[in-house]
Amino acid sequence: MFQIRVHGRGGQGVVTATEMLSVAAFEEGRHAQAFPSFGSERTGAPVVAFCRIDDKEIRLREPIMEPDALIIQDPTLLHQIDVFAGLKQDGYVLLNTNHSFEELGLADILKGRKAERFCTLPANEIGKKHIGRPIPNVPLIAGFAALSGMFKLESVVLAINEKFSGKIAEGNIAAATEAYNLVKEQMKESGHA
Amino acid sequence: MSFQPVKFYQTGTLTVGNRLLAPDERSVQANQMRSNSINSGHRACQGCGEALGARYAIDAAMAASNNQLIAANATGCLEVFSTPYPESSWQIPWIHSLFGNAPAVATGIAAAMKVKGKNDVRVVAQGGDGSTTDIGFGCLSGMFERNDDVLYICYDNQAYMNTGVQRSSATPPAARTATTMPVGPEPGNVFGQGKNLPEIAMAHGIPYVATATVADLRDLEDKVRHAMTFRGARYIHIFVPCPLGWGAASHDTILLARLAKETGIFPVFEAEHGEVTNVLKIRHRQPVDEYLKLQKRFAHLFGKNPHLDVIAKIQEIADRNIRKYKLLNEGEQ
Amino acid sequence: MLKQMEGSKAVAEAVGLCRPEVICAYPISPQTHIVEALGEMVKSGKLTPCEFINVESEFAAMSVAIGSSAAGARSYTATASQGLLFMVEAVYNASGLGLPIVMTVANRAIGAPINIWNDHSDSLSQRDSGWMQLFAETNQEAVDLHIQAFRLAEELSMPIMVCMDGFILTHAFERVDIPSQEQVDKYLPPFDPRQVLDPAEPVSIGAMVGPEAFMEVKYLAHAKQMQAIDLIPQLANEFKQQFGRDSGGLVRTYFTEGAETIIIAMGSVLGTIKDVVDEMRAEGHKIGVLGIISYRPFPLAEVRAALVNCKRFVVLEKSLAVGMGGIVATDVRMAVTGTGIKGFTAIAGLGGRSIPKSSLHSLFRQAEKEELQPVTFLDLDWDVVNKQLEREKLTRRSGPIAENILHDKGIVSAKFG
Repeated sequence: MFQIRVHGRGGQGVVTATEMLSVAAFEEGRHAQAFPSFGSERTGAPVVAFCRIDDKEIRLREPIMEPDALIIQDPTLLHQIDVFAGLKQDGYVLLNTNHSFEELGLADILKGRKAERFCTLPANEIGKKHIGRPIPNVPLIAGFAALSGMFKLESVVLAINEKFSGKIAEGNIAAATEAYNLVKEQMKESGHA
Repeated sequence: MSFQPVKFYQTGTLTVGNRLLAPDERSVQANQMRSNSINSGHRACQGCGEALGARYAIDAAMAASNNQLIAANATGCLEVFSTPYPESSWQIPWIHSLFGNAPAVATGIAAAMKVKGKNDVRVVAQGGDGSTTDIGFGCLSGMFERNDDVLYICYDNQAYMNTGVQRSSATPPAARTATTMPVGPEPGNVFGQGKNLPEIAMAHGIPYVATATVADLRDLEDKVRHAMTFRGARYIHIFVPCPLGWGAASHDTILLARLAKETGIFPVFEAEHGEVTNVLKIRHRQPVDEYLKLQKRFAHLFGKNPHLDVIAKIQEIADRNIRKYKLLNEGEQ
Repeated sequence: MLKQMEGSKAVAEAVGLCRPEVICAYPISPQTHIVEALGEMVKSGKLTPCEFINVESEFAAMSVAIGSSAAGARSYTATASQGLLFMVEAVYNASGLGLPIVMTVANRAIGAPINIWNDHSDSLSQRDSGWMQLFAETNQEAVDLHIQAFRLAEELSMPIMVCMDGFILTHAFERVDIPSQEQVDKYLPPFDPRQVLDPAEPVSIGAMVGPEAFMEVKYLAHAKQMQAIDLIPQLANEFKQQFGRDSGGLVRTYFTEGAETIIIAMGSVLGTIKDVVDEMRAEGHKIGVLGIISYRPFPLAEVRAALVNCKRFVVLEKSLAVGMGGIVATDVRMAVTGTGIKGFTAIAGLGGRSIPKSSLHSLFRQAEKEELQPVTFLDLDWDVVNKQLEREKLTRRSGPIAENILHDKGIVSAKFG
């Protein structure tokens, strides 16, 4: 079972992100479960959502305490909430920022972990560019697909088309594609570093 | 010689004789083929205004809908005396659910008829003042707001009669009830601002609102018939004296209803989409004392130390109604 | 057809396939997505003929359903928690009148303190109302139970609640197989009422019943639920044959054969329990699970049969009978009367508190060693509890309990001074 935890703030599409992750997995014939941690709904409040992926029926219902992957949609959460709590030793981290982990004071987190599984992505900017609004969730999902190899970009596109249509879908697909390629680039570079 | 139209005061009732009227102007009750929706054998008190009003209203609704009518009834006197275990006096399809939900139950029935394409089947909901103005008020407002195709009839005897004459929001000022006893500095019910259900119904903008009394039964029938020509939410508020609860003689029921109208205490009118369209004028205006003194529930206002100030306040209310609804003809007082 | 979708939407699709004629609902978290989806289906014309009524309260919702069901229309509504309580008078009225209304209860805790998260207190508060109550373990089962529910309710002329964990199931995206309209039509014939308001054949419904006959009327309601004990497995069987999967029924056993310790629960927590039990069984523990699907009627014989050979059982329930202990546990004990089997009650997950695998691992191991109290409150923060009890001992004006606890837990910022 692969467990993804997504952190963000209300209004950034955190819940939608996990839903789309689950749809992408479903499109590849896998079982997936996505659900939010239900707090009061309020724009700007910290939100957590979860996605489990497996090849057999998922029966577990508890919140994800030991994620295999983290997607952090809002860097302002980093020093407010312990987003890294329970992260597996070889876990993936995708952080929405145009800074580096070191610049954000997160060098400690990287110690003893696989550097090639940590990645940053300027998802707000990508979102703004292709969709017109700095919503980072779709770029992050695509970036995660690239980082983890969990699913193909095509599956992310299928998930996008299920949720959106017309120009909005097109914009999201463009954002996803750019994000996917960006992360792939970064991974190549860090592989050479 | 100039033509003098004969004014039959109770034209259309058995008193004067329906035979003098064209068949289609006669009372439904004069018709042998009337549905007799609420059959004899029910257990209403002698002189019950509600039984009288219900009989006329429902038979008129049945006639107007070609006998395709379903009724939802709130808990209360009408429901209890019409279905004394193990009998029922209803000859129409009838459901009693709860005290506060008759309008909602009727909404459900109307929805079922609509979804099944039974457009000719009409729905009536009925209850007393307790269920209409108090506990069922929310459901009534909801039914009005959605403009559900229901005719709601309120039989107003101005208190929770079935449970022993307790005060409702329809109880008039100064009236004695079991929970507004004639003791202390303000005997009887308080002088609040009342809860004018007909006006509240009008404020919802529903197609048709009317008030009626059991003193003008033909008028009541006409109003029911007219209401049935509309689709959507309709409301008829019928003034029905309760001899037991009011401490009145059982033979005074119709007289009390007439006095309520003639004093101006109970305005009789019709309204469509929130605007008054017709008013039943006062024929011979009466001072409120004539009405109050026939009822023991106001007895504490009279006697050795009459509460003239209270009676005057009641008179003011009647005066205000007369002004507001223009219940007198031009030049009359 | 296999879809990845939100539980609420799946339930809405299932209800739509059952061809409801009148849907009336008042919004309350966490049921809102169900009725929103149905509303859209009706408004767009996708679900027709159907009347969707936006009512002014839950009391109105059940009352409208009573009217429409009595007039012969297949009627549906949904609610949770406070909404269910608000309609209680009408809930009893519906079952007393024998109207086959189907209602989804998106299980949520009852306040005060106000809490929007999942537990079973709402449905269980109505366990004696005469409604049948089925509890879904997964969103797939929630879909399937609604289809079975309409059939069950209409055959017996008795209303039914389909209970699914609020948020945990309603708001979870997971894989469901949505049946086709043909499949559902084959399983669920049009509504043929036992009693109906019809001008062609007038009847009076809802008359008073005196002492001379009330007991008999009530007994007949009980007898109907006894009939349901047979009908529920029958319909589940038929469902399996037509739709190809195990859904519904009275109970579901999981490795109870040869189990020394059996865990009993209802709803979605069964999934987590099964994962824990699998891990323990891999270590050689003789442990199994009994899931109760039909809570009303309570399947006394089936529960007894499942437990009769075990040494001990734990009822893990998301409900609390204040002043007494477990609610489900009490019914389970009734089932095993005379067997001498040791039973423990674990109250867990109240107000949406998560039930982690780790806590269940230690709970079940303690149960095996019979080291549990008769009633355990899982993962209770004794620090916070004791602080409050101390507070109350020290001063009369100790303040609202909930606020005090939230202060202690650091959720509400402390007052100065």
